[in-house]
Amino acid sequence: MSDRPRIGVVTFPGSCDDRDAVWALKALGADAVRIWHAEPELPNVGAVVLPGGFSFGDYLRCGAIARFSPVMDAIVRFALDGGLVFGICNGFQVLCEARMLPGVLRPNESLSFVCEDVDVVVEQSDTPFTSRCAPGQSLTIPVKHGAGNWYADDALLAELEANGQIVLRYRDGQNPNGSVANVAGVTNADRNIFGLMPHPEHAVDPLLGSGDGALLLASLIDAARLSRPALV
Amino acid sequence: MRATVLVRPKAGILDPQGAAVETSLRHLGFEVAEARVGRVIDLEVAETDAVRARERVDAMCRQLLTNPLIESYEIELQGHA
Repeated sequence: MSDRPRIGVVTFPGSCDDRDAVWALKALGADAVRIWHAEPELPNVGAVVLPGGFSFGDYLRCGAIARFSPVMDAIVRFALDGGLVFGICNGFQVLCEARMLPGVLRPNESLSFVCEDVDVVVEQSDTPFTSRCAPGQSLTIPVKHGAGNWYADDALLAELEANGQIVLRYRDGQNPNGSVANVAGVTNADRNIFGLMPHPEHAVDPLLGSGDGALLLASLIDAARLSRPALV
Repeated sequence: MRATVLVRPKAGILDPQGAAVETSLRHLGFEVAEARVGRVIDLEVAETDAVRARERVDAMCRQLLTNPLIESYEIELQGHA
C-alpha cells in the first residue's frame, strides 16, 4: 500500500488532455506516470487513465485506430486481471471501440462541437470511480467534444440499467450531444472499467469554475491505493 | 484485386449528417424523403482469388472499418459484383 498510488496516463498520437490528467492526479495525491501508446507493457500501476484528445486524428471513427495501439493489449490484460481503467472523452471512445465498454459514441446530434459546463447526476456511487459521491449528487464538469453521442440499442440499454452500469447521466435538459437516455458515463459489468465524456481533470479546482471533477478522480485514487501496491 | 466497401449507418439509427443533408436538399427545393450519409473505402488487396479477397475484406470490416453496433457494410469486388 502506498500513500501516493501510481496511476498511468496513456499518450496516443493526438492525445491532448494527458498532461492535464497527470497534473490533476498529482494534485489529488497520486503519483502519475506517463505511458507512450507504443509500449507493449504497463509499468506497475494501480490504475490507468486514457485521456481526452483526438487520437490518430479521429480518422475513420473516434478511437477506432487507437484501440490497436500496442499498449491496448497490455491494458486489456490489466483490466481482465481486475485493474482499474478510466477513460475520459477520447479515452471513453477508445474503450467503446475496443469493446471494453458497452455502446459506441457517435457524432453529436447537433453536428456541432460542444464546449461547456454541464451538470451530471451520479446514478451509482458504489463504483471505484464515484465512491466519494453521494447517489443522486449533481456534479458540474465541462464537456468538449464533437462525438459524445453515446448509443446502445434498447436491449443493451435495458441490460445496463438493470446491472447499474449507467453511472453518470446528464441532468434533464442539459444533454449536450443527444446520447441515449442522457448517458454521460458507463462501466463494464465488473465495474473496473469506466468511461465518461465530461472532463473531470478540467474541474479539480474551483478557481477554474468547478472542483467537482476532483470527486471522481479522488475516488479513482482511493481505489488505486487499495488495488495493488505501487512501486516506490 | 480492387475492392470497395460501402459503409452505411444501420437502418433505424439516427444519422445526424443525413438529416442535415436532407434538410439542405429540401431548402434547395429538392423533394427528398430521406438522406443517409455513409462512407466509401476503396481498397487494393493482394489477392487474386475473389473468394479469398472477399474473406479478407470482410475481416477488415469486422475488425476496423466498421462498428457493427451502428453500421452495416457491403463489399464490392471489381468484376465480381
